[in-house]
Amino acid sequence: MSEYLLEIQDVNASYGPIQALRGVSMNVREGEIVTLIGANGAGKSTLLMTIFGDPQASSGSIHYRGQEITHIPMHEISRLGIAQVPEGRRIFPGMSVEENLRMGTMPIGDTHQETDLQTMFAMFPRLKERRSQRAGTLSGGEQQMLAIGRALMSRPRLLLLDEPSLGLAPLIVRQILSSLRTIADQGTTIFLVEQNANHALKLADRGYVMVNGEIRLSGTGEELLANPEVRNAYLGGH
Amino acid sequence: MLGTAHDNPKVAALKEALLSAAITFLVMAPISGIVLKGYAFEADFTVPVYAALIVFVLRLAILLLEQNETGRKILVRLSPSKGGGVTVAKPGGVPWLRFILPLLFIAGLVLPFFLGKYWLTVVILAMIYVLLGLGLNIVVGLAGLLDLGFVAFYAVGAYMFALGSQYWGLGFWTALPLAAATAALFGGMLGFPVLRMHGDYLAIVTLGFGEIIRLVLNNWTSFTGGPNGVSAPNPTLFNLEFSRSAKIEGNIPFHEFFGIPYDSSLKYLFIYMVLFLVVCAMIYFVNRLRLMPMGRAWEALREDEIACRSMGINHVTVKLSAFMMGAMTGGIGGVFFAAYQGFVNPSSFTFFESALILAIVVLGGMGSVVGVIIAALVLTILPEALRDFADYRVLIFGILMVVMMIWKPRGLIRIHRPYFRVKGGKA
Ligand SMILES: Nc1ncnc2c1ncn2[C@@H]1O[C@H](COP(=O)(O)OP(=O)(O)O)[C@@H](O)[C@H]1O
Ligand SMILES: [Mg+2]
Repeated sequence: MSEYLLEIQDVNASYGPIQALRGVSMNVREGEIVTLIGANGAGKSTLLMTIFGDPQASSGSIHYRGQEITHIPMHEISRLGIAQVPEGRRIFPGMSVEENLRMGTMPIGDTHQETDLQTMFAMFPRLKERRSQRAGTLSGGEQQMLAIGRALMSRPRLLLLDEPSLGLAPLIVRQILSSLRTIADQGTTIFLVEQNANHALKLADRGYVMVNGEIRLSGTGEELLANPEVRNAYLGGH
Repeated sequence: MLGTAHDNPKVAALKEALLSAAITFLVMAPISGIVLKGYAFEADFTVPVYAALIVFVLRLAILLLEQNETGRKILVRLSPSKGGGVTVAKPGGVPWLRFILPLLFIAGLVLPFFLGKYWLTVVILAMIYVLLGLGLNIVVGLAGLLDLGFVAFYAVGAYMFALGSQYWGLGFWTALPLAAATAALFGGMLGFPVLRMHGDYLAIVTLGFGEIIRLVLNNWTSFTGGPNGVSAPNPTLFNLEFSRSAKIEGNIPFHEFFGIPYDSSLKYLFIYMVLFLVVCAMIYFVNRLRLMPMGRAWEALREDEIACRSMGINHVTVKLSAFMMGAMTGGIGGVFFAAYQGFVNPSSFTFFESALILAIVVLGGMGSVVGVIIAALVLTILPEALRDFADYRVLIFGILMVVMMIWKPRGLIRIHRPYFRVKGGKA
């Protein structure tokens, strides 16, 4: 078994003529919080989706726990223990909060369903209050909590999140990020894609900076926070 | 609208109502005011005048009601219901349903004994549409795939029975599962190429598919009999035939076996009974299915495909299964239709049928089983009840649709999604 939980090597991916990823290499160790920051359209979401096989990498390789997953179809990835909180949350708006959470156990079956449901309600009490409300009527922050909870219901080893802070008030962003801290402390490895570089880098052990489909910089959270290039580009020069 | 500022509001209302009536008359006069008599035509304006009168009275009533407090209250009560779409049922279900359902079941079983032959055939046709509605409901209502060619599977089932008996001597009971399987196969055939399509594109391709099947049936004269159609045999019960004299060597007619006089409604009675049981089984099945991983996967897929796929749902098998289950139901409906008519030809399987079945699903409230049943009964029995207004049936049908969409834009029955708990895991 390799030293990395997730290892991406020299991956290229494109949408038709548009090349969205250019020779991307990065890795995540078990137990870490790793973040990927970059401007709009840099290719962050594409990288997350490439891990899930859509779009597939045209060259390069992706390994998860030593197993090559580059060409595994999307619906089989979640059974390996990777869960995704996609960009825009993508909860099931017509189902109730509780049903959304229960849907999350699809990849692993319902053995732990009841206990895990209680765990999620303990972690996000607001979801418990709204358990039989239609998910589409939740506020943005609550929907984000629901998306995270639903992903956790499959007991993932590796949790991928795509811009969970998007469009949320600063207070809610802090709540969400602190719950990510809790999740990580309980042993789930986290790979977090963010534009909100300040918060993400403070939370993360390590980070990568993506520009135009390439990894431009990498380092520990503190290193990147101190890096003048990062400060100029993503933190408004403060 | 027309009135100036110093007009008395009552006078203004009168003016506007008159204008509405005039417009109605202008629109209706050329449509139904001119009657063809051989090669000539003559003007008969009674219908347009009545239409204009009705519009005048209604418009005036609404305008006058709007002018005082109690009137406004009445209008608010009549106005379209607003509010969120799907509600989720409370866990545990509805208690009184336990008593109502068996009663309805028994009522359904004894109903045909109180009907004359004519109404029996009407009710059979209505039940066939209930079955078709339930089938299309799986595809459109649950899985959210807009299928405009559903009639194709109905045709496949009907022809499977008719041609099967002509070429291979298949009976009703053999044809039933065979037609279900064949229709499911056709569903799969249609499903594969359209898996990557959504919305409008899917609708167009399925529309084309429905037409292709009909054109093949119409033009492959040597095999299908073309526009002349094929006759379908009477159904049998343990080799007892429901006809005056046995058509197949060795069979005994049902009435001879029991020593009762021949009655042609016996056949319809039998078809009704089998059909009723099949419809009940289907309702039970669909309701169960919605609680199982496959049914939940259909609904989840309708809501968000990407989320589903990243949660381990294989969208290919899930969509295909919806297409095939829907098609299978359509095929079964086709067998009953052929047995009921005793004859099939391509003109029974036009786009209008697809549209009617889709109307049943939409009016029923997209996904609601009870809604589909009510809509199917209304849309098939109402035109029969309105036979006296034969010329205006389609018009009334259209008005009904428009009114429905204004008053209840989400269908007759608000979808009450059943509450589910995950059992079994993988889909
Ligand atoms: N489905 C798609 N089809 C075509 N181009 C796409 C698609 N999704 C993203 N792209 C393009 O790929 C590039 C990277 O996009 P994305 O990965 O979404 O960026 P980010 O998540 O960093 O904002 C952008 O130029 C975008 O226009
Ligand atoms: Mg993105």
